[in-house]
Amino acid sequence: MRIRTYHELTEPDRSGLAAQIMAQRRRVAQRLAGVARLIAVMSGKGGVGKSYVTAHAARALARVGRRVGVLDADLNGPTAARLLGARDGRLAVREDGVEPAVGADGVRVVSMDQLLADGHPLAFRGPEAESFVWRGAAEAAALREFVADVAWGALDVLFVDLPPGLARFQELAELLPAPPAVLTVTIPTAESGDAVRRALRAALERGATPLGIVENMVGGAFVGEAGDTLAREFGTPLLARVPWHPTPDVWQQLAETIWNAV
Amino acid sequence: MKFLCVDCDRQMTFEERRLPGDGTLAAAFRCPQCGRVVAMLTNPMETQLVASLGVQIGGRTIPAQPLEMVRGMVAGGKEDAFVEAGERGAGSGPIWSREAQERLARVPNFVRGMVKKIYADYARERGIAEVTTAVMDAARAELGLEGM
Repeated sequence: MRIRTYHELTEPDRSGLAAQIMAQRRRVAQRLAGVARLIAVMSGKGGVGKSYVTAHAARALARVGRRVGVLDADLNGPTAARLLGARDGRLAVREDGVEPAVGADGVRVVSMDQLLADGHPLAFRGPEAESFVWRGAAEAAALREFVADVAWGALDVLFVDLPPGLARFQELAELLPAPPAVLTVTIPTAESGDAVRRALRAALERGATPLGIVENMVGGAFVGEAGDTLAREFGTPLLARVPWHPTPDVWQQLAETIWNAV
Repeated sequence: MKFLCVDCDRQMTFEERRLPGDGTLAAAFRCPQCGRVVAMLTNPMETQLVASLGVQIGGRTIPAQPLEMVRGMVAGGKEDAFVEAGERGAGSGPIWSREAQERLARVPNFVRGMVKKIYADYARERGIAEVTTAVMDAARAELGLEGM
C-alpha cells in the first residue's frame, strides 16, 4: 500500500491553517508599517529596571515631540501602564483595532495590566491538565494581538518592553518582518552581566541589531562594571549610566542618544 | 494536518465542525471520490492548543476580531477594560430575542461586546433578522466559538 506524504497532497485545504498563520503575519506587517522604529528593551536578568527605563525614555522622547508607543510584552508581570499613568484607561474597540491608552506625556500604551482585574494573575480559560502544552502558544498569540490588533497609528518609536529571559524576544522576532533593534538594560554587577550576556548573544544570533547598553541603578549598593564590559564585548555603545535617583535631564539625554542610535 | 482516503488516494475535504461543549472538538472530513466520512476528535488540550494559535479548523468564515484570543480566553479580565466604539446603530443590526439577550447577558463584560458583534455579523451575513438561542447555537458550532 502506498500512502502519499503530507507534502504530496496538493489539493486545496479548506481549513487553510498555514494560510491563516500567514494572514496573521501579514496583519502584523501592515500594522507596523506606520511604525518608523521598533525597539525591543530586553535583559537576561529580572529586576534591573527595564520597564522603568522604557517608560522614562519613552516619556522623554514624547516630550520633544516624538510619537511614541510602549507595548508591554511582560504579560505575567506587567508594569508599563502604571509607570505611564495609564493603568485605568479603558481600551476603545473599533472595527480596525483597539485604541491604545494614552499615558503621561502622550505616550500610547497597551499592557495586560489594563485588562486584568486587580491582583489577578494572567490565566487562560481552558483545561488545566497539561496546560504547559498550550499556555506558551496562548501567550505568544496574546503578544501577536498586542502588536497586530492595536491601532498604534503612526509612531516614531514603538518600545516593546520584554520580560526577563529570552523566550518572549524569540516570539517577538518570529512575528516581525525583520529582527528588531535591542536596547539592553543591566545593573552594574557581574551576575547581571552574566545573565545579560547570554540573552544578548542569543538575540544577536537571531539577527537582532544591538542598539546599546543602559546600565541602571548605578552608584548604590550594586557594584561592578557590567555596562562597560558588555559594551566592550559586543562592540556596542554604553548609552547611559542611570543613577539611583535620576534627574529629568538623564532621561532626556538617554532619549536623544537612543534617537540618534536608531 | 490533512486526511487521505487511502483506497481512493484522494485528499479528504473538510465537511463539518462540532463543539460538544466539553472542551473537545469534532471535525468531519469526506472523501470527494467515495464519500467516506471520518471524524477527527481532539481532546481538550489539543483543542485549546489550536485555539491558542488563533486558527480555526475548517477555516474562518468571519474575520478575526481585535484581540480576539485575549478577550476570548483570558480569565479574570477587568469588567470595564473595553469600551465598544463605533457600534452600529440599533436599527441597522438584527433584533435579539429575549432568551438570546438573557444568554448574552451572562457572558462576562470583558468579552461580551466582541461576542455580540460576532453573533450579529453571523446573522447579518446570512440574512437572519432575529438572533435567537438557536442561531447562537448554530453560530457557536459553525464558527468554533467554544465557551461563548
